[in-house]
Amino acid sequence: MLNYIIKRLLLLIPIIIGVSIVVFMIVHLIPGDPARIMLGERATAADLARIRAELGLDDPVYQQYFRFLKRIVKGDLGTSIMTNNPVGEELLDRYPATIELTIFSMLIAVLIGVPAGIISATKQYSLFDYISMSGALLGVSMPIFWLGLMLIWVFALQLGWFPASARISVGVQLDTITNFYVLDSILTGNWTALKDVLWHLFLPGIALGTIPMAIIARMTRSSMLEVLSNDYIRTAYAKGLSKRVVVYKHALKNALIPIITVIGLQAGILLGGAVMTETIFSWPGVGKYSFDAIMARDYPVVQGCILVLSITFVLINLLVDIIYGFIDPKIKYN
Amino acid sequence: MTSSNIEAPKQGTDLDVPAQEGESSSLWKEVGKRLLKNKTAVFGLGIIVTLIIVAILAPLLAPYRPTETDIISRLKAPSANHWLGTDELGRDILSRLIYGSRISLQVGVISVSIALVFGAILGLIAGYYGGYLDNLIMRIIDIMLAFPSILLAIAIMSILGPQLKNAMIAIGIVNLPRFARIVKSSVLTVKEEEYVEAAKALGANDSRILFKHLLPNCMAPIIVQATLSIATAILEAAGLSFLGLGAQPPTPEWGAMLSAGRTAIQVAPWVVAFPGLAIIITVLGFNLFGDGLRDALDPKMKDN
Repeated sequence: MLNYIIKRLLLLIPIIIGVSIVVFMIVHLIPGDPARIMLGERATAADLARIRAELGLDDPVYQQYFRFLKRIVKGDLGTSIMTNNPVGEELLDRYPATIELTIFSMLIAVLIGVPAGIISATKQYSLFDYISMSGALLGVSMPIFWLGLMLIWVFALQLGWFPASARISVGVQLDTITNFYVLDSILTGNWTALKDVLWHLFLPGIALGTIPMAIIARMTRSSMLEVLSNDYIRTAYAKGLSKRVVVYKHALKNALIPIITVIGLQAGILLGGAVMTETIFSWPGVGKYSFDAIMARDYPVVQGCILVLSITFVLINLLVDIIYGFIDPKIKYN
Repeated sequence: MTSSNIEAPKQGTDLDVPAQEGESSSLWKEVGKRLLKNKTAVFGLGIIVTLIIVAILAPLLAPYRPTETDIISRLKAPSANHWLGTDELGRDILSRLIYGSRISLQVGVISVSIALVFGAILGLIAGYYGGYLDNLIMRIIDIMLAFPSILLAIAIMSILGPQLKNAMIAIGIVNLPRFARIVKSSVLTVKEEEYVEAAKALGANDSRILFKHLLPNCMAPIIVQATLSIATAILEAAGLSFLGLGAQPPTPEWGAMLSAGRTAIQVAPWVVAFPGLAIIITVLGFNLFGDGLRDALDPKMKDN
């Protein structure tokens, strides 16, 4: 198992190098003069020269790439053109907001999607099955940004039940330790803040979690149906085991592998969807940051955001691969 | 695969093609029959066909021109004059949605075609030749899959610049890995078949084997994937346009309409609601049809 993890970690190196090449190319493949595009038409010659020197745009491309790689390994992601602050620091401030939202959405997706899929499979062609699978089909066909806007319109603007933006209400005090607000409010025992933070998480969490929820529910249903049609399930029933034991102990365990694969893949949808969800809900995370950077043509920030979100995705996939080992004893690690 | 060696020996055709063709035409007939029995798939197909008709007849169906502004009737609620209301520039939303169907269909088909053609070529090469080429192609695919897809599309768009044409290219590239993988795995199973051996023995060159023998036998999963990918491509294009990276104003693209209307959501929710519904219905159509197609091609799955 340890060998497998080490091997898997080593395999990450070429992937991460590949990701860094793509991110590097964002600036270098822009047609025309990257310095002028970044600074705009009104940039002075001095500014242009400074940016060129800073990015080393006059050197051969491979030298520029190695310099870029050396910088990012040290955690230096360059300087934001919008704010003149180091991109690394700004990302660090925003990263917890994105991860918190992503985890919350994933929880919603799994906690609703998996049970809905199981019930649908055990009660195939029932009313519940039809309703939940129609809902799931609608969920996978829905643009996330539209769902977000509709949630804001109904639950924030019309009913006023939930806030439409921000992570915490203006008047609520919270001492931040980790910048994960849920965790911080638990650590400091600040239950008022916890309630407020969860209240703010709700709408963006639903918006971001709906598509994964739909996909997970569909996958759970089909995976369960496939397992439930096996002979050993009939045998288990024949032995006189209760439906509960058969479904949850025999069937679910074997249906889990594809479900977990699909859950892992949702991480990509969540991290990518964060760009839109955070923009709509003015959520101060990496997603909104990247949107603002795209609008402002702040390329160092765009690069930093894409790099950080992609590497997060790669690491989540690694985690999913490792989890397989614990669930499926049939997987051999060599 | 140079054009000089496309001229393959003639003797191969007589021997291997007829048997295959007879087999495949009856397979597709069978699939068609199963598909027509599937109500939801037929419903999906109905949506797609309606959409195509609307797109073709757009100038006849739309009550107004899609870019015709009328400042006096800005943000008007749905009424007899404007069935779905008007947007922030007083343009008729229904007319814009009708014209927008052209864009969405175009985006879906073109970007999936890009993904399919390049993905299939890469998959064929990787699966057929194996070894070094396979390794190289698959590592590149792995790197592409290391990005959340919309982020990769954003990265490509920030290189190419915000334009609808570029959005189609970006979405094409982002969806290419799936086709490459599907084709590669199909090729791996098909290439050991006897008829491929026979074609080789008869002196057929590589491009003939790849495109005449291997590709047609990978068609079923490719078609299913293409249908479902059109659904995702439409969603992704709308997303890019929503972020301001795809279609630019005044193009009546559904995602761009949604984006432009979102500041007015409090006073005129229809500006946001209807383009979203148009996207959902379209994507639903392709999803239903794609699901039905998959079930029809793999009847074993349906029985479950």
